[in-house]
Amino acid sequence: MTKKPEKARVAIVDYALGNLYSVQAACARVGMEAIITSDHATIDNADAVFLPGVGAFGNAMENLHRLDLVEPLKAVAAEGKTLIGICLGMQLFMSESYEFGHHKGLDLVAGETVPFENPRGPNGRLKVPQVGWNTIHPLEDSTAAWQESPLELVVPGSFMYFVHSFYVQPSAPKIWLSKSKYGDVTYCSGLQRDNLIGFQYHPERSGLAGAKIYRKLAEMIVKRKNGGDEQ
Amino acid sequence: MYLRIIPKLDIKGPNLVKGIHFEGLRVLGKPERFARWYYEQGADELIYQDAVASLYGRNSLLDIVERTAKEIFIPLTVGGGLRSIEDIRQVLRAGADKVSINTAAMERPELIREAVQHFGSSTIVVSIEAIKRADGTYEAYTDYGRESTGVDALEWAQRAEELGAGELLVTSIGQEGTGKGYDLELTQQIAEAVSIPVIALGGAGCKEHVLEVVEKGKADAVSMASILHYDFINHTDASLDDFSGEGNTTFLSHGGGKPPISEMSLHDLKAYLSGSGIACRTQEAAV
Repeated sequence: MTKKPEKARVAIVDYALGNLYSVQAACARVGMEAIITSDHATIDNADAVFLPGVGAFGNAMENLHRLDLVEPLKAVAAEGKTLIGICLGMQLFMSESYEFGHHKGLDLVAGETVPFENPRGPNGRLKVPQVGWNTIHPLEDSTAAWQESPLELVVPGSFMYFVHSFYVQPSAPKIWLSKSKYGDVTYCSGLQRDNLIGFQYHPERSGLAGAKIYRKLAEMIVKRKNGGDEQ
Repeated sequence: MYLRIIPKLDIKGPNLVKGIHFEGLRVLGKPERFARWYYEQGADELIYQDAVASLYGRNSLLDIVERTAKEIFIPLTVGGGLRSIEDIRQVLRAGADKVSINTAAMERPELIREAVQHFGSSTIVVSIEAIKRADGTYEAYTDYGRESTGVDALEWAQRAEELGAGELLVTSIGQEGTGKGYDLELTQQIAEAVSIPVIALGGAGCKEHVLEVVEKGKADAVSMASILHYDFINHTDASLDDFSGEGNTTFLSHGGGKPPISEMSLHDLKAYLSGSGIACRTQEAAV
């Protein structure tokens, strides 16, 4: 007997940083049921977990510790459940950050978060934070990764919406999902290592291209959920 | 670095309105139709401004935001009469990505810090409406240019940045709705005094105005209303919509003088700017 495929139930981690409603709306548009929560059991029972966030790295880690969310998030990562970091959320995956001092991150991905230092464009210095649209591109040696990733439906070179002053530098270059350029700085704008997926931009605000990422994520999450049920 | 072009839609009740110097509001049509058109034409973001900013009738704005957010996937900033964290939360919950605040922040600057703590800096846009003083400096105003504050606009911009504002929306009250061009001096002074992005608003009457506020005014992003709205009106038949009982609709039923502007589509505006060396986001690759 085949079971009727179930709707994906995802948790959006609420640690009092940032506007989570846009992420929730984007999930709803592709048929995912998304709950904004800081409850351990809800996170534990979800089919996938979104870690959004805007703001400062130090504050974010402080809030995660205060709400006792560090261990549950590490557990999500360790058990192979899809964990999606958006913007600051992806930066928190790193081992450490140099944003306003030195901070320890969730340490799910070896590497660090570093600031844009005087990025220069053709007409001089660029403002930091970068606020606005920028393009994402595959890496020369890893177009295969793009094809099998949440970016599969996205045309390389598509515009995405960014708001950030810092970017991630994973120690393993192979996990870059895409690269982008702000002035003369080329940086990692997305990453994937097994069940860990990160976007420096906001797919939920990035027009049709961003909506395609959510659509693919929903597909991946449902597939994993229903595939898992059969075993 | 791609220039952001941000149509601004003033909303009164269920309608899109436009005035001159924020006065004499005229109904132009239904905001959702304009929003949809701009999204399809490649708008980089949208701004919705509640033109009456009264709490009475706020539900109508929330409905419009909710309907818009369902079909438009670019950042939407909503402002007008937001006075508290709860007001901001309501608008974000309805589907806005950012909010703009002015009067309430001027009365109690700490609101900026609190809002940033709750929703993140990139969600909070501080709107600065300025009028030039006799000595050439600028003063910040509230309530759509009706109330003077005695606060220097440049100092207020720096203060807002310190308190954590993610962006500044800078409007010249003198130029707003005139079609005579942005206030380049105001924009440049503020853009060079802060490190957060400055969105210039007020006065765009033709494509050259937009180019000059980027080149000379150093604006990081540009916003405009009439030149885009009248272009859309040329492409549509607003009589299909029901405007019963709402505002001054004489323009819609009888036509009439439009401001001294050369209306144009976003698409053409972007093509002009790109041709002038200002990189703009192109339409997404076709599916």
